[in-house]
Amino acid sequence: MTDAFVAAALPVPPVHAHRPKPASVLILGSGPVVIGQAAEFDYAGTQACRALRAEGVRTILVNSNPATIMTDPSVADAVYLEPLTVPAIEAVIAREKPEGLLAGLGGQTALNLAMELSKAGVLERHNVRLLGTPLEAIRMAEDREAFRDLLDRIGQPYAPSSIVEGADDEARHASARVALETIGLPAIIRPAFTLGGTGGGIVETEEAYWERVRAGLRSSPIKQVMIERCLVGWQEIEYEVMRDAEDTCIAVCSMENVDPLGVHTGDSIVVAPVQTLTDAVHQRLRSASLAIIRALGVEGGCNVQFALSPDSTEYAVIEVNPRVSRSSALASKATGYPIARVAAQIAAGRTLADIPNVVTGTTVAAFEPALDYVVVKLPRFPFDKFPGADRRLGSQMKATGEVMAIDRTFGAALNKALRGLEQAGAGPMGEDPSWAPTFAYLAAVYAGIDAEEGGAGFDGLPAEDAPIRWTDAGGQACESSRFAQRSAAPIVLKRFLEPSDSRLWRVLGLLRRGVPQEVVRRATGISAWFLAEMGRNVALESDVRAMGPRLVDPEDADGAALLATVKRAAFSDRDLASLAGMQEAAVRGARQALGIVPGFAMVDTCAAEFAAETPYFYSTYASSGSPAEAPPVARPAALVIGSGPVRIGQGIEFDYCAVQAADVLRRNGWSAVMVNSNPETVSTDFDASTRLYFEPLDTESVRSIIEFESAGFRNPDGTIAMLPAVVAFGGQTPLNLAAPLVAAGVPLLGSDLEAIDQAEERTRFSALLDRLGIPQPEGGMAESIEEALTLAERIGYPVIVRPSFVIGGLAIDFAYSPDDLVRHLAAAAVVDPDRPVRIDRFLEGIEVDIDAVSDGRDVLIPGLLEHVERAGVHSGDSIGVFPPQHVAEGDQSLIVSTMQRVCLALGAKGLVNAQFIVRDDGVYLIEVNPRASRTVPFMSKVTGVPMVELAVRISLGETLASMGWEDGLRPVPPFVSVKSPAFSTAKLKGVDPSVGPFMQSTGEVIGIAVDPRVAMAKALTGASLIPPRAGDGVAPLVLLSVADRDKWGVPDLGRALVRAGYRLAATGGTRATLEAAGITGIAHVAKLGAEPVGDEVGILELIASGEVRLVVNTPTPRSGAVRDAADIRHATIAEGILCFTSIETGIAASEALDPSIFDEIAVVRSITDWVPGVAAAS
Amino acid sequence: MRLPPLPRADAIVDPRVGDAGPALLALEDGTVFPGIAFGSPVAAGGDLVVNTSQTGYQEIATDPSYAGQVVVMTYPLIGNYGRLEDDDQSERPWLRGLVVAHATAAVLDDARQLATLLRGNGIPAIAGVDTRALARHLRTTGCQRGIITAPGVTDPAIAIAMARDVPRWEDQDFVAQVSPAAPREVGDGDAPLVAIVDFGLKANIVRSLRRRGVRVRVLPHTATAEEVLAGDVAGVVLSPGPGDPARLAGPVALARAIIEDGRPLLGICLGHQVVGRAAGAETSRLRFGHHGANHPVQDLDTGYVQVTAQNHEVQVVGESLPASSGFRVSQLNLNDRSVEGLRHVEKPIETVQYHPEGAPGPLDALAVFDRFADACRRNA
Repeated sequence: MTDAFVAAALPVPPVHAHRPKPASVLILGSGPVVIGQAAEFDYAGTQACRALRAEGVRTILVNSNPATIMTDPSVADAVYLEPLTVPAIEAVIAREKPEGLLAGLGGQTALNLAMELSKAGVLERHNVRLLGTPLEAIRMAEDREAFRDLLDRIGQPYAPSSIVEGADDEARHASARVALETIGLPAIIRPAFTLGGTGGGIVETEEAYWERVRAGLRSSPIKQVMIERCLVGWQEIEYEVMRDAEDTCIAVCSMENVDPLGVHTGDSIVVAPVQTLTDAVHQRLRSASLAIIRALGVEGGCNVQFALSPDSTEYAVIEVNPRVSRSSALASKATGYPIARVAAQIAAGRTLADIPNVVTGTTVAAFEPALDYVVVKLPRFPFDKFPGADRRLGSQMKATGEVMAIDRTFGAALNKALRGLEQAGAGPMGEDPSWAPTFAYLAAVYAGIDAEEGGAGFDGLPAEDAPIRWTDAGGQACESSRFAQRSAAPIVLKRFLEPSDSRLWRVLGLLRRGVPQEVVRRATGISAWFLAEMGRNVALESDVRAMGPRLVDPEDADGAALLATVKRAAFSDRDLASLAGMQEAAVRGARQALGIVPGFAMVDTCAAEFAAETPYFYSTYASSGSPAEAPPVARPAALVIGSGPVRIGQGIEFDYCAVQAADVLRRNGWSAVMVNSNPETVSTDFDASTRLYFEPLDTESVRSIIEFESAGFRNPDGTIAMLPAVVAFGGQTPLNLAAPLVAAGVPLLGSDLEAIDQAEERTRFSALLDRLGIPQPEGGMAESIEEALTLAERIGYPVIVRPSFVIGGLAIDFAYSPDDLVRHLAAAAVVDPDRPVRIDRFLEGIEVDIDAVSDGRDVLIPGLLEHVERAGVHSGDSIGVFPPQHVAEGDQSLIVSTMQRVCLALGAKGLVNAQFIVRDDGVYLIEVNPRASRTVPFMSKVTGVPMVELAVRISLGETLASMGWEDGLRPVPPFVSVKSPAFSTAKLKGVDPSVGPFMQSTGEVIGIAVDPRVAMAKALTGASLIPPRAGDGVAPLVLLSVADRDKWGVPDLGRALVRAGYRLAATGGTRATLEAAGITGIAHVAKLGAEPVGDEVGILELIASGEVRLVVNTPTPRSGAVRDAADIRHATIAEGILCFTSIETGIAASEALDPSIFDEIAVVRSITDWVPGVAAAS
Repeated sequence: MRLPPLPRADAIVDPRVGDAGPALLALEDGTVFPGIAFGSPVAAGGDLVVNTSQTGYQEIATDPSYAGQVVVMTYPLIGNYGRLEDDDQSERPWLRGLVVAHATAAVLDDARQLATLLRGNGIPAIAGVDTRALARHLRTTGCQRGIITAPGVTDPAIAIAMARDVPRWEDQDFVAQVSPAAPREVGDGDAPLVAIVDFGLKANIVRSLRRRGVRVRVLPHTATAEEVLAGDVAGVVLSPGPGDPARLAGPVALARAIIEDGRPLLGICLGHQVVGRAAGAETSRLRFGHHGANHPVQDLDTGYVQVTAQNHEVQVVGESLPASSGFRVSQLNLNDRSVEGLRHVEKPIETVQYHPEGAPGPLDALAVFDRFADACRRNA
């Protein structure tokens, strides 16, 4: 060989130290679900554990989140449900002695923790090797300055930026001043090392600049913020890349954000693969991504984000995440390539070339997936729960979840994603009625003008001073030819289209009214190509409207062609029916008669180049009539319906149940078909079921799947043997589908429709309880506000109000007075005979949550969960304690026996959840749901009762007795488990954090210990609901301002805080209560709005002083929309101070601060140590 | 169940592209796909090849290696972005026809639409085909001839007969069609001179070499060994191109002479196959060809794996390479273990089956040009 030729030439792989496969690996989870860190890490961590175990590596998992699949004892060799803190992790390391630590699969939380563990010397002390992402890469990707140096070294461009940092506030202020001068406005503020862009944002004014910089410095753990030039209007492009230790690099997926730069990618509409880039530009960005992952030295997955100038001539690197991420979960589901799994295998020492491609079964992981479809992801926002929140979008992520859809065109995938959002009014044609006047005005100005010519468009206006006509907010017809009236249009347009959760629908609405795409493009920066495709969808709507009944006329060729066309564009039968003015069944019947049914295509990573073994499918009318890619799954089989996008109130706990249900079916010899639309979850992993359909969870989509999967199967009587559906494990989403599916002839596995209906329909449910003699809160239906007032008067205030039609308010709220009731109903709801309101007595007392498994004869009850907060706080936001600490034996027995009677009366077969209120005057049943509840994963793990397994097997014909389980309550374990909610409220500007009747929390954590206070401390620590401790002569300040009705708890609260070493500050009445209880030395605080008198400090000044570590502020009860003292809580949140709004939470947390239990918090045990049978059971 | 009605033409051919009416894609095995014509309003046929690239239709259309072939794109939206003249790989499009699921439009003037390029060069195209279903079908049957009928010709029997009449790919001499008639030189000064024998050269090969500081002399495929190995030539590139190397006795003899000469030689794609045959190896047709931007190739000397762009029907049969040839297999395709490169054990000769110049596709393997240019400089 001529050395000169070959040696010079071949890229020499870097020399690596010998990397033996670690015998054991500690995997860090990401803790509770919060905005910016959701189910994607359950998916990533679960894949990683399974991959490592398959490699023969012993896996040890730490995560404080009980709702996850990853913390199921069957997923890892040892599972620790412990807080993600340095002391707890060190204790786990000391106990388990892992060789390696894998932090790249637990999001920013795990990466930050790995940095802390390293800094604290823990890794060195215990000889633990960090696998995957090197510490240096974490540092370089997050430390803005180091990252820019790296980019300079490899010649990659970035937006001009300036770092704000310094030793103290003064230095940081000076640094911020310099940054403002060099970068200018508008600018993007990016705090270092924060989740989901916490504290960041785009600022346009100097005032906003200083506010954001201050907030950013506060939220950054290293007190560093980057000020970056805002590349407004540039496109945002992302690449998911992987690298192994041999330096093989691949780009798994390219993604293009429909929203231009400025909106957090988690809040953006994202399309995969890139749509509007030439190959040359795409390759340039792809090559840049590979150069970056090489320079960082990441071993595993990495996400690189670019800004691309609108004419594609220039780009800038925006951000790098050297770990798996939300985007990598999306990329995995979009391509079929299991990024987290491969990342874990790389960490275990394998190379991309020797890892098989599990999807094709014949090729290797060292390749790049080829897509033959388009993927659209839409974010799911929580604003339906927070009508008062600031709904504008920026660099702070606000979405709680996302929905993904697959089809052959962008328009069809977009329509499917819109159908999959499962949000009222969020379909393809959703429009907020309040936009009507703006639509009318903008259409009057812009519709029909030629934006390209004549100087019209975003900046210009129609050249002639012709009159414009529109309808104003009051419904009055308006006409104007005044120049001033029309010259406001560009401002109105820009304001109307500024980035917000509803911009997509606003854009569609304007296009629908003939506003030129070019006008919208200039106002939004959305690429012309995307707007053109949206315009095509909108044009189809009007074609259908014009076609009318001809759409379903079998003899009308134009109608049939249009029907075939709009189905290809993925319009639902229901929407088509409403456009064409007919019943949904007519559309369905017509298209079926014409053979317009969806085909199902495979997601195979290779665009059909190789035969694939994957069981992953999507529907598309573009392959209507093409040969099927696979026959229906083998019978017996059932369809498990998942829970759709993660939203407040329906989170990953339901994914846990759906995944378990599919698993149990398979272990019992059934085929499990899964349908879901959420790319972040374990349930949409290709190996979580026998076959996966990635589809919107609407009746039409689910029916199509069932029909396809039922072809060729016959009942003995010759009818089609429809694939049965499992609706009990995905939360409310599948339950809502139960009735239409049954009506379509689909059998349900588990509780029948009758049981569901009897529990769900309040009047029937009430009657059932009356018949059984079970006490329930008094209540009734009202068909007018007057009736509601009379009813409320009769049953007595406070009452719970549940309107059946809500406008801008919340579905459920309390009313403490007639004023409250009127305000709520008049402002937020419609009440008439068709849309009655339900009024129930609001009972205060101890709330108890109970889950049961019923087989129709026996009812097994794993345990009771007592809520810490008094009834009135949504059960999802309450701290739960198992077993109950304050409920008398007799009351517990009564709850159990009542639960058993209700389950049997409903004829429930499977899981049933209920809520009781325990009061001095009796035990009341509030609510029953014959389905898996939020608490199922938690209760299953702490009791060792495999609830989902038992429920599924019962639906397959087994009984509790035949499975070896007894009727009644399980023995109480010798330890206490606490479930705490975790909140994302700080990320949602304008949201009052006070807990109430509507759920606000996004996730949950667990704490387990023998001492209830230790369990509480662990749980609150995991949920970031524990204030910084006192110690080393530091006595932090706690501010108390408690409403009169909560004063009973003030002495306990004060004593506990003083014992924990805190100083107290309190407003007048609260201080008096404390002093009366013998607590002294309390700083005087003036009430909100009152002038400080004497030695009093103003309350907002005190909060802003930086001394306060905790605020306990309980609001005077009023209906949710208008709560008192919200300013105090907003100020508290703005300062990053912990705030409790329930006295019970305050007391429980304060008791958990007791210094005498401090050391016990870092004592760890695995879940199988606590519950020996739990692994075997599942 | 009857076949569903066809959707409206504007659902599969963007109105800005403009459709030419219904047409058929017929395969020699009798399979027929109805669709909408949108290219030149003529019929044309050839071997169907399936390309899985998600971007790069312009480069594919202008790649001479597709001469005589009807290209099926699995990516369902073709036409999203506008054509840039700089990205053309040759003077004109060479493929015989284009089959897509949806003909989309770039939001630009007509001149830059893909359809305009096809129409200007007499190339038909058909949209509305479930190209995934077609790819699956071809995967099972192997290569087939197919025809895109002229607009309005919708009788399946006629179309199938036409498909069966299409001349066989292996019976045709495509290189002669695409290779230039006269030599040309690019660059001046005293940089090392590289002779490229043009069997169907792509612009990005010339560009990649020029970026590495060499001059380029492009020669027709009929160039003699004397012309190729002129005294001022520091190294030789045998270019990619269309067709079956088994027909190319002349180029194979030329390759033998270059190997004998011992000057640096780089064979790319067809050039690689020609060198393989010159070294005494057999070539054989792949069942389905490799056409895409995502093929993993491992270098057997370094273990290094790279993602490559591929476009070929024929492979060098590794087992048939004589041990005495002085060559050994240097790179392998990790998907099917087919030969992706040869290296001479003594001489500065390397060949690659893939396209290090990308266009379309990854540029991960540009080091192939670095190695060659370095060798030329040492030899100059």
